[in-house]
Amino acid sequence: MSDLHTLAQRLMALDDRLAACMRCGLCQSVCPMFGATMKEADVARGKLALVNNLAHELICDPQAVAGKLDRCLLCGSCEAACPSGVKITEIFFEAREVVNAYLGLHPLKKMIFRFLLPRPELFNLSVRVGAPLQRLVLRRNHDVQETSCAPMLSFMLGKRHVRPLAARPLSALTGPLDEPRPEGGLKVAFYPGCMGDKLYVDMAQACLAVLRHHKVAVFLPEGLACCGMPALASGDAEGMLRQISVNLPVLRGDFDYLVTPCPTCTKTIASLWPRYAQRLGTLEREATARLAEKTLDITAFLVDVLKVEAPSDGEGSLAVTYHDSCHLSKGLGIRSQPRTLIKASRPCRLVEMNEADRCCGCGGSFNLSHYDLSRRIGQRKRDNIVESGAAVVAAACPACMMQLEDVLSQNHDAVSVRHPVQLYAQHLGLGGGPAA
Amino acid sequence: MANNALIKDFEALLGPENVFSSEADRQSYSYDSAVLAPVVPTLVVRPTTTEQLGQCVKKLYDNGIPMTVRGAGTNLSGGVIPDVPDTVVILTNGLNRILEINENDLYAVVEPGVITAQFAAAVEKRRLFYPPDPGSQSVSTIGGNIAENAGGLRGLKYGVTKDYVMGVEFFDATGEVVKSGSRTVKCVTGYNLAGMLTQSEGTLGVISRAILKLVPPPKASKALMAVFDDMQKAAEAVAGIIAAHVVPCTLEFLDNNTIVRVDDFTHAGLPRDAAAILLIEVDGHPAQVADDAEAVERVLRTTGATTVHVARDAAEKTKLWEARRMALPVLARARPTTILEDATVPRSQIPAMMKVVTDIAAKYRVEVGTFGHAGDGNLHPTFLCDKRDADEFARVEAAIDEMFETAISLHGTLSGEHGIGTAKAKWMEKETSRGTILFSQRLRRALDPKGLLNPTKLVSIR
Ligand SMILES: Cc1cc2nc3c(=O)[nH]c(=O)nc-3n(C[C@H](O)[C@H](O)[C@H](O)COP(=O)(O)OP(=O)(O)OC[C@H]3O[C@@H](n4cnc5c(N)ncnc54)[C@H](O)[C@@H]3O)c2cc1C
Ligand code: SF4
Ligand code: SF4
Repeated sequence: MSDLHTLAQRLMALDDRLAACMRCGLCQSVCPMFGATMKEADVARGKLALVNNLAHELICDPQAVAGKLDRCLLCGSCEAACPSGVKITEIFFEAREVVNAYLGLHPLKKMIFRFLLPRPELFNLSVRVGAPLQRLVLRRNHDVQETSCAPMLSFMLGKRHVRPLAARPLSALTGPLDEPRPEGGLKVAFYPGCMGDKLYVDMAQACLAVLRHHKVAVFLPEGLACCGMPALASGDAEGMLRQISVNLPVLRGDFDYLVTPCPTCTKTIASLWPRYAQRLGTLEREATARLAEKTLDITAFLVDVLKVEAPSDGEGSLAVTYHDSCHLSKGLGIRSQPRTLIKASRPCRLVEMNEADRCCGCGGSFNLSHYDLSRRIGQRKRDNIVESGAAVVAAACPACMMQLEDVLSQNHDAVSVRHPVQLYAQHLGLGGGPAA
Repeated sequence: MANNALIKDFEALLGPENVFSSEADRQSYSYDSAVLAPVVPTLVVRPTTTEQLGQCVKKLYDNGIPMTVRGAGTNLSGGVIPDVPDTVVILTNGLNRILEINENDLYAVVEPGVITAQFAAAVEKRRLFYPPDPGSQSVSTIGGNIAENAGGLRGLKYGVTKDYVMGVEFFDATGEVVKSGSRTVKCVTGYNLAGMLTQSEGTLGVISRAILKLVPPPKASKALMAVFDDMQKAAEAVAGIIAAHVVPCTLEFLDNNTIVRVDDFTHAGLPRDAAAILLIEVDGHPAQVADDAEAVERVLRTTGATTVHVARDAAEKTKLWEARRMALPVLARARPTTILEDATVPRSQIPAMMKVVTDIAAKYRVEVGTFGHAGDGNLHPTFLCDKRDADEFARVEAAIDEMFETAISLHGTLSGEHGIGTAKAKWMEKETSRGTILFSQRLRRALDPKGLLNPTKLVSIR
């Protein structure tokens, strides 16, 4: 019981932020979880009330509260819509950390976050061993999304239709890059993110090709680790701190921007690294602050910095619809740039779908732990995509791309999934566009 | 927690996925949007068919268990906070089908859990219009709107929810189905029970279906914004607009405190020294809209508006409305606790009421920002505080009490649209009469002899 009291006291650090919730319930309209289950405990208002009750010792079942907190995509839709400006995701991260510290982190997660992810060489090795082996177990679905399913691995993958791991990660294909800055030109550090490095390697290559086309020098160092979001989302701030500590020295270099094709990485590096680095030393604090200022989503870099423009006559023959990824639109406020990129890419014609900015239901590790819910949320997105009549859906986030490929493939829809940069690369004749 | 037999019973009836008995789940149905203490219900059930809804009510009646019907839980008067810990909460969000939209006869039939904005959007797709638009419409339910007689921004010209209720079906306390009203414009078959259920706050029956009136949408609209250096002049402008026989669809105002706070937040360059901003929108046939907008502009100028903006296009209109849209979000961010009141006075008494609100705020040293529906005399004095600070919260409560006194003395009302619930029950007699309370209680006891339907709300029968 005294333990529970300590848990409550640690949660009281959130009290001021919790008190900001005026219980208006308006978060119900945007929460993908609530949309799927219509249960109050699944919406931000309900979860905040439970954290509040745990902090005030009105409920003595931390396991139940942890279970509710876990039923969340951390998509930030609630926070973007909240009239009271409640720092909802910040509260959720910290509450997960405190509650999971009390309950103990699952040993497998601990192994992954604290041992595997901070060691890129090991992570790469495990993927390199895994990639050829998957040919033995994955069965191709012969769909436009080029996914496979894995009947033999159903205990792990369920009925998911996933794209196979790339035979070789990006880092192995390109090797480390440190191109000289062109006269008067720009140099960027390219952070592909785990999924860009290991799963959507073609997409990451398209990014590099586009950067080269625009004569931007690239710094792609060896030994980049995960950004730490999966660890933090599981309440393992310690794991995230280790990953930050691995990344910081690797990202030391002379560059103008750090660009990533993954908005979760962008958001994490730009706003969470500086916040969590407060728990590290002065050097780390300064380094994360410097990096944060330079960190930019790749579509924003292309449109805002390189000034890629959409032609005014842009009426192409290929109907492309765009899905606003939560961490990009609500997290970073980037909505127009990916659209501009699509419009700038012949033969694309942008057609808006309904609810373009509604969460697709992936939520990173949420998809692993709550596949049924993730699929239900994804189905609504799929319906909106199909209703738009587009042949291609673009999403500027690899996690969304994976989710969209799964739901579209499961429904046997002939809609392919691309990152906007891939469409732009194809327009430039650099490959990587849709087969159509 | 409810006893196992009852839980099993409901699980058999509704399926285990629609019966919530865990402590964590029940705690999430212990509150609504009112600033009141939560009460955790003993069980929460979610019927997904009308028949199941009736069976739930009957089962609870037979077992003598108090019940609270809950829509989105956004009411501001404690209407869905359980009365006692052995209350069972009945959710209506499993009953969210739009059953019919009739374009020829201009009505729709819906289940109670249909979400207001989703309904309005479905109606709009059929090129018709459902005007009631409470600020919570993106989540509120039609059942909750009817039970609270919700208003909104369009009240002045289009009326409030009650003006669109053509009929309801509901279960009485015993689970018997009652029907009132019809799909016809006229219907005098029996008592106007549909009217009685409107604004009944879950105390007279459980609405299972509603027939709602639809209207043709306006073809055009135009928005204007005017700045005043004096509240009295703004009020004269409001009166002048009505006297000129123009009925705007919305006629909103923001007070100085709200203007300054919105400007601090948005840096939109609002007039920080203005006493009030009026936002006016006229709609209807294009020719009439042009005439009306001109008439309104004339009134605004003659009553002494320091500036008048007329939106030229949709983008400008959106921009004009930004200040009003941001009013609540900005006030809500200022302090942890936000108490959104809705004291309402006859239109002409707005300056008097505003003066009192300002004086009271100073007297009790509390922060208030006021915005609201000037055309309806419906103010939203929004008290900003931290309820964890006992001293401050006591001052806020005293200030609100005094504000109600004034509203009543100005021939106004406690609540223009947010309802009585438990939050304002103690004031009911002051505004009405002893007889009103007794009559209401007798009515309730006759219809609900065991006193099970939201027993302590509106006029308590516990
Ligand atoms: C940010 C915000 C803005 C708001 N703006 C407005 C506004 O502009 N105008 C306005 O009028 N209100 C406003 N409200 C108040 C509130 O949204 C309305 O009262 C709304 O009608 C409540 O709907 P609900 O579905 O949330 O009902 P709930 O809060 O769930 O229930 C309200 C009452 O209705 C009863 N009830 C619900 N369903 C049924 C049913 N099927 N049968 C019988 N009784 C039932 C409940 O028992 C309860 O007494 C606002 C609230 C918030 C938080
Ligand atoms: S929208 Fe914000 S203030 Fe309103 S209930 Fe949700 S979290 Fe609380
Ligand atoms: S982060 Fe997303 S899933 Fe989680 S409560 Fe907010 S809106 Fe819902």
